[in-house]
Amino acid sequence: MSSEQDFKPLVVAFCCNWCSYAGADLAGTSRIQYPPNVRIIRVMCSGRVDPQFILRAFEKGADGVLVAGCHPGDCHYLKGNLYARRRVILLKRLLETIGIEPERLRLEWISASEGGKLAEVIHSFVKELEKLGPNPLKEVVK
Amino acid sequence: MSKSGGEEPRIGVFVCHCGTNIAGVVDVKEVAEYAKTLPNVVYATDYVYMCSDPGQELIKQAIKEHNLNRIVVAACSPRLHELTFRRTVSEAGLNPFLFEQANIREQNSWVHMDNPEEATRKAKDLVRMAVAKARLLEPLEPKEVPVEPAVLVIGGGIAGIQASLDLANKGIRVYLVEKEPSIGGNMIRLDKTFPTLDCSACILTPKMVDVSRHPNITLYAYSEVVEVDGYIGNFDVKILKKPRYVREDRCTGCGKCAEVCPVTVPNEFDLGLGPRKAIYIPFPQAVPAVYTIDMDHCIKCGLCVKACGELEAIDFDQKPEEVNVKVGTIIVATGFELFDARQKPEYGYGIYQNVITSLQFERLVNASGPTGGQIVRPSDGKPPKSVAILLCVGSRDQKALPYCSRICCMYSLKHAHQIKEKIPDAEVYILYMDIRSFGKGYEEFYNRVQHEGVKLIRGRASEIWEDPETKNLIVRAEDTFLGKPVELEVEMVILATGVIPNPATEPIRKALFITQSPDGFLLEAHPKLNPMSTTVDGIYLAGMCQGPKDIPDTVAQASAAASAASIPILQGKIVIEPIVANVDENLCGGCGICESVCPYGAVTVEEVGGKRKARVNEAKCKGCGSCGAACPSGAITVLHFKDDQILAQVDALLTG
Repeated sequence: MSSEQDFKPLVVAFCCNWCSYAGADLAGTSRIQYPPNVRIIRVMCSGRVDPQFILRAFEKGADGVLVAGCHPGDCHYLKGNLYARRRVILLKRLLETIGIEPERLRLEWISASEGGKLAEVIHSFVKELEKLGPNPLKEVVK
Repeated sequence: MSKSGGEEPRIGVFVCHCGTNIAGVVDVKEVAEYAKTLPNVVYATDYVYMCSDPGQELIKQAIKEHNLNRIVVAACSPRLHELTFRRTVSEAGLNPFLFEQANIREQNSWVHMDNPEEATRKAKDLVRMAVAKARLLEPLEPKEVPVEPAVLVIGGGIAGIQASLDLANKGIRVYLVEKEPSIGGNMIRLDKTFPTLDCSACILTPKMVDVSRHPNITLYAYSEVVEVDGYIGNFDVKILKKPRYVREDRCTGCGKCAEVCPVTVPNEFDLGLGPRKAIYIPFPQAVPAVYTIDMDHCIKCGLCVKACGELEAIDFDQKPEEVNVKVGTIIVATGFELFDARQKPEYGYGIYQNVITSLQFERLVNASGPTGGQIVRPSDGKPPKSVAILLCVGSRDQKALPYCSRICCMYSLKHAHQIKEKIPDAEVYILYMDIRSFGKGYEEFYNRVQHEGVKLIRGRASEIWEDPETKNLIVRAEDTFLGKPVELEVEMVILATGVIPNPATEPIRKALFITQSPDGFLLEAHPKLNPMSTTVDGIYLAGMCQGPKDIPDTVAQASAAASAASIPILQGKIVIEPIVANVDENLCGGCGICESVCPYGAVTVEEVGGKRKARVNEAKCKGCGSCGAACPSGAITVLHFKDDQILAQVDALLTG
């Protein structure tokens, strides 16, 4: 396993088009800097994030997965974000049973005007993942 | 690749420099070279401005020369230019949905400016992911739907009035909904308007009357929008008409009822400075000129019924009435409220009688106000011989509102002028941080007021206390020019309170699924290029609900919103993105989970050839994909965001 200093965690982020993806765009427009460890995949709604997307990301070696959607009550599609919340809570339990720390999966509410929050979330998530070290499945796959 | 016509994907990748916005951080040439190594990529290049005319031409040429059937542009956010490039590929004869955009500006070069190496690596990853998705893209046919030729305008202040009149004059049907008994909003409360000193009511009442008489405007005053369903072109709106207990079709506004009404309560319209009866119109020029009974205070003595006589307009049994309308577009113009000055207890508002807010002063100085336009102080009804005006009460205050409310400097200069006009020997002090007189004729007005003898003291007041005998107020502040504390004894204080979003906006915001900025005002689609639209198609913004602004800016934005809201209506039909749920009936087991999670009732399970299968009503589906995420067999998915398309992005990132 690589040492904590060399380790650069890779985060797959599923961001909803209306709030979090727009928030990520706003972080850019406002030139708010954050670590380059995240790759964002745009989905229309956080409720679109199928658990298999998350499991596939971990299976293929992602160190962390972020699901980001609109704040409760603000979902563009009424309640997709609430479905996302249920799924993430259940998935965290499942991840634990297969030996992946549940902290590697995060759900965050980030609105279209919260570019700063998006950057903060990525800062803190990357920091946490640096402490956790690489996805343990990477070793298994090797 | 049967669904894309059986062709092998031939992908072209176009990497944009965006001047130095991207190329200043990301090695764009390296990214383009890297793209050439990816499977199915037959052409890749970089260009300085991909969205420019020559940039788009370059894409079109390459599509023809290299027989490309999938296009990836690595540039800004798809939220900015996806439609631009879809048009480009469509002009070159490709289906517009065979396009994918990699966001290497907002989500890369602009957020990793000090790390070109990692940013270049990330750009390559993002391009690889986009290419992986592009490989699986399918042509989709946009649907055209007819547009309901009517507009809903929510809020009857100057913004809503202006927008309604503009639309109605174009021949478009308008439903204007106002929650108060009369339209007019906050502007009708004002006395004069800066810097021209036009009488506010004189310029607004004709427009209010135009609204009430316009054949294309249906006015629902004392009503609220309670439910909105649908999408651009086809919104279903539920309006609740609150009971006035006075029939609008019979009341002539003669006022005999109010004359005999024995109940007197403070008038909200005058901010508590004057009285009204339990049966009332808020102000003489109200539109509609129909009385309303305040049932919280009415004692049902029946005197009004007698006074009304044969008109029989009063109906104690009136019930709330529900009205349903269909519209194509919606304008939100829900305005503002004043910051509650009680939240700054150091200024004594609500404790000391002679501390009033700026809007109360407007009523005080207004000829139709409770004093007939005489400036008097509340404690003894005498004209004050000295007045201090405190700017930035709530505004530009880290403990209250961080933003500038934009109107207070100018209306306070106007107030100073009005005091000097009506009480020439009064001393008027303005305590300010900066004077922001940025509009047309504003700086000139500022100079004029200075020459009228108003004393401007640069410094924020720290505290006010009252002399209990004289009810005079002592204002303590620092004069930052002299660098020493000052104490002023004055007979009245006006707090130039900042503005906050109207709390009544929030339920409307939630019903329309539009977003707000951190300051609570509604968020525009683009701060520069689209300040009158929301991110939801077909919903537009006018006036203070979007942010603090003065009357000229409000009127300009309202006309802009009216213009924008009329475009889909004048076009008659609009194109709806074909990003909807889609069922593979071979995989569907008919379990119905999709039906239970669909927020719109767009998915139903039906009998098909003796088997239960999910069916999608495409008109109702909005493409969120909740069904796709819940389906246990992968049978239902969302076009353009299909399971395999998203998984391909994940795989490409982690195994590429």
